[in-house]
Amino acid sequence: MRLILAFLVLLGLSLPLHADDHEGLPAVPKATGEPHPEGNEYWRKNHMTLLLHDRDLTLREGEREDIRASLESCFDCHTVKDEAGEAVTIEDERHFCRVCHDYAAVKPDCFTCHRSTPSDNVANRLMATPEEPNSIAAYLERLKALEADESEASQ
Amino acid sequence: MTNRAEMTRRDILKSGAAVATLTLAPGVTLMTFGGSEANAARADAGKRWGLLIDANKCAADCSACVTACKTENGWGNDGGEHSGPETESAWIRKVTLRDKHTGRQVSAPVMCQHCESPPCVDVCPTGASMQRVDGIVLVDKHICIGCRYCMMACPFKARSFVHSDVPEQSVNAPRGKGVVESCTLCVHRVDRGRIPACVEACEASGNSAILFGDLKDPESPISRALKQYSSIALRADLELNPGVRYQNL
Repeated sequence: MRLILAFLVLLGLSLPLHADDHEGLPAVPKATGEPHPEGNEYWRKNHMTLLLHDRDLTLREGEREDIRASLESCFDCHTVKDEAGEAVTIEDERHFCRVCHDYAAVKPDCFTCHRSTPSDNVANRLMATPEEPNSIAAYLERLKALEADESEASQ
Repeated sequence: MTNRAEMTRRDILKSGAAVATLTLAPGVTLMTFGGSEANAARADAGKRWGLLIDANKCAADCSACVTACKTENGWGNDGGEHSGPETESAWIRKVTLRDKHTGRQVSAPVMCQHCESPPCVDVCPTGASMQRVDGIVLVDKHICIGCRYCMMACPFKARSFVHSDVPEQSVNAPRGKGVVESCTLCVHRVDRGRIPACVEACEASGNSAILFGDLKDPESPISRALKQYSSIALRADLELNPGVRYQNL
């Protein structure tokens, strides 16, 4: 396992220089957005540990704001598009995760439950502001107004 | 962005666990982890989320809450070779009760009752069935082995087992074949300060039969309604103290 990882790290370092010399080795798809401050080597080696740690924080502790490793945010940057311009799913061997995982013969089982493409459904992603009608704050305000109306009507 | 490669153990403890430090005497400090003030961004032990469902306001022919839950969490259209009424997921379902003697008929939604002493958590052999500090009962699908003990233990038939592969799930609720699932009280919305999808849909339908709120706050509308009017817990004889309560059932 360590050998494979070391190999992947080496590969990441050498790819830009000698892309043509490494026929048959995975070509990691280019990402968009800001690069990871830790560097790609660190993420290639530690992505599972980071995801594992933060999944427990999110699911068990309910931490939603200070989360840096989530599959949802991975796909903000690491998405491969097909000919039609659609993001490819994990079923496609060009998928960002599959490129290296197929090479290393390690099957990630994240995607039996998690979505493997970016979602349009981003309405719930940010913290609610009181102006949003479905925020708890706005809901409680509506209840308060309703109660005031009722007590007025009964008088 | 923080560089996590350079974070020390101490940094992680400080940032991740939000340590509150209280100085008791010079040189003596008390450190607490979590708690309602120290860590507002996480599930809050000072709260307990609950629902109060008024069966008189719930229209028999309305299933807006069920539809909204399906859309929000992406269940109810699984298909596959094992699909059928027996195996279909049901996070929330409409139940109609009829009094044999008087003929009175009432309708109300039944979902996970988010018990204070949940039998599903008691029987889980892996710790996947769990309760958050704010009372929301969840399945940690990462460690669920699909044994379905919890489905047997639940007196409310609130849990479902996924029988077929689920492609391209909703980001709101990861779900897949071989694990148990149930109502999450829309934890992904509640954690970010939004009301659950069923509550929103019920209000939009004009019935407003579901009241959502914090049971630990005596001034919250739900607590005041519970204090003022008669309500029941389903299967009160089991003394599970559910977070979902019913009126006029």
